[in-house]
Amino acid sequence: MYKILRKKELNPTVTLMEIEAPFVAKKALAGQFIILRVDDEGERIPLTVAGYDREKGSVTIIFQIVGSTTEKLNAKKEGEYISDFVGPLGKASETKGFKKVAVIGGGVGCAIAYPTAKQLHEDGAEVHSIVGFRNHDLVILEDEFKKCSDKFVMMTDDGSYGEKGLVTDALKKLIESGEKYDEVIAIGPLIMMKFVCKLTEQYGIKTIVSMNPIMIDGTGMCGGCRLTVGGETKFACVDGPDFDGHKIDFDEAIARSGVYRNFERQAHEKTCNLLKGE
Amino acid sequence: MANMSLTKNKMPVQEPDIRNKNFGEVALGYTKEQAVDEANRCLNCKNKPCVSGCPVSIDIPGFIAKIREEDFEGAYEIISKSSSLPAVCGRVCPQETQCEAKCVRGIKGEPVAIGRLERFVADYHMANFKGEPVQPQKNGHKVAVIGAGPSGLTCAGDLAKAGYDVTIFEALHEAGGVLVYGIPEFRLPKDIVKKEIDGLKKIGVKVLTNMVVGKVFSIDELMEKEGFEAVYIGTGAGLPRFMGIPGENLNGVYSANEYLTRTNLMKAYKENSDTPIKHSKSVAVVGGGNVAMDAARCAKRLGAEKVYIVYRRSMEEMPARNEEIEHAVEEDIIFNVLCNPTEIISDENGSVCGMKCIKMELGEPDESGRRSPVPIKGSEFILDVDTVIMSIGTSPNPLIRNTTEGLEINRRGCIVTDGESGKTSREGVYAGGDAVTGAATVILAMGAGKDAAKAIDEFILSK
Repeated sequence: MYKILRKKELNPTVTLMEIEAPFVAKKALAGQFIILRVDDEGERIPLTVAGYDREKGSVTIIFQIVGSTTEKLNAKKEGEYISDFVGPLGKASETKGFKKVAVIGGGVGCAIAYPTAKQLHEDGAEVHSIVGFRNHDLVILEDEFKKCSDKFVMMTDDGSYGEKGLVTDALKKLIESGEKYDEVIAIGPLIMMKFVCKLTEQYGIKTIVSMNPIMIDGTGMCGGCRLTVGGETKFACVDGPDFDGHKIDFDEAIARSGVYRNFERQAHEKTCNLLKGE
Repeated sequence: MANMSLTKNKMPVQEPDIRNKNFGEVALGYTKEQAVDEANRCLNCKNKPCVSGCPVSIDIPGFIAKIREEDFEGAYEIISKSSSLPAVCGRVCPQETQCEAKCVRGIKGEPVAIGRLERFVADYHMANFKGEPVQPQKNGHKVAVIGAGPSGLTCAGDLAKAGYDVTIFEALHEAGGVLVYGIPEFRLPKDIVKKEIDGLKKIGVKVLTNMVVGKVFSIDELMEKEGFEAVYIGTGAGLPRFMGIPGENLNGVYSANEYLTRTNLMKAYKENSDTPIKHSKSVAVVGGGNVAMDAARCAKRLGAEKVYIVYRRSMEEMPARNEEIEHAVEEDIIFNVLCNPTEIISDENGSVCGMKCIKMELGEPDESGRRSPVPIKGSEFILDVDTVIMSIGTSPNPLIRNTTEGLEINRRGCIVTDGESGKTSREGVYAGGDAVTGAATVILAMGAGKDAAKAIDEFILSK
């Protein structure tokens, strides 16, 4: 059993939890993920490590409440326990040896982009962060990003905060203004990553994306997380989660991410009071 | 007086048309009377040919004699001297090619039903034994076992009985390896596996779940920092293979590992499970091994109207156990043999809506000695399915080999060991089971775990 040391609502649909997991905390690196199970009947879900404290023996996760498992997780209180927490899984992000990097975070993807931005900053790179949200209410980790960024751009779809527009608009502006990036790191919804990659391809800038597909074990056993990368089948859990974004078949990844959408909707309708029929 | 019946006592089973709709165990087990009657078929041969067929050398005539005397606990004691998981072996060992293949009674008629008797004894013990197991005398030496599958559990059990302080590191949230994620409930109830593992815990084996060695600890750290004097690698062969044909990444294509893990370990067949699985109308399982039979029979139980086994050779070459094939046939699984998939076809949403296959004929024997299948030109046809399960084999997980320097690996990714001892190229590091042999059987993995336990004991005591 793994104790929830701290719980904080970042916005109405996104929660931060600090989990006591000393073995994972000792080895975790930016870009890696964990798999958790809330209770004994629970499914295994992957979540990217949003932070860790090696001395305290804790790992921070940030999750969006999207289905029945994240709802169950969100119902847990500080001091309570979850059944399983395994990691660190996958390969760490490469953060060393860069001069200037643009880090793009979209929505809850910012929770994954942030530790990478922070690590890049600590490893000496000039970090330009562009974060995008649907509206002001959904903004998370703004101060954290600002602290580790040499340049910071906030975008919202509706213009309720920062600039109105998409992260790709902001990235394009920076590139056109003469910024030379060694690399772009884009983490967010698949559709956002796809369009960031389309843009950077035009400028020939290497782009890394973090993939978070459906998986079970996280150690290469089920193959559920497979992706086509450069025409080859790769397992996100062991070969990734970071991949060269220009080589990923995003349309396939988008189709695969929706395979259990009906099941999730039904499970959500069962647990969500708002949707319960009278 | 020996029972001279030429046939085994029949195993009571659930009727095919009932069992293919539930996940309850298919074979129900002998009654006491059936067990004693079957035990009377054993001739108690002096040279015990059956024992030579057993990878863990159980004293078979010895335990059968105890059944004859109706001393079922006595029979259990004899089996448990050699096997850590008798209730498992009695169910999933291929006895027909091992102990029973050597049985003298098999020369004229059927051999003694050794496997069924083993299962009876183990089940009897689980149901009736109320005492506490004898605590081994501790010798103060620490050994780490990586992987709580059949091989690791056996190695751990034997070492614990010899007095070692044994810790098993398991990557999943539950111990058992393929016994819990792979072999379905209806063939091996998970309660039975749990009880066998609880038995090991009672004699002092520690099981740490959610521990991915190679990530959370390296083998070097286990030995240098955590004080383990030897390590046994029993990490199995868990990496699924795919065919490399178009359409394999469509929605509705599973590896058998994924399909079985969702169904068994994650209990997707139960109403209250949070883990989703596709409830298919028509399923093709590609492959002809035991795993393919398991996947097909699970798909049927999950409600599929039609389930096909698609296998490129003929029934003769099929690697699955006869018993598994027979059960599958009885449960209305359709066998499309001499048939090979060439493409999986997509609907407009990226989901499977068919599988293109080509008919095959058998040509010259290949390296494996089996006649190799050759496609028949122009014989392509489309199988109407909405789900495809690839069950064409697995290879060892690269996690350990990528994080352990100096560990010799062959070109198939298997760990190289020195004969039966399981000794690897690294001092104090032993390995066995599928991680060494590639995908094989539960009992061979157990045999390897047993041999390695002996070698580890000798290694540590000689230091």
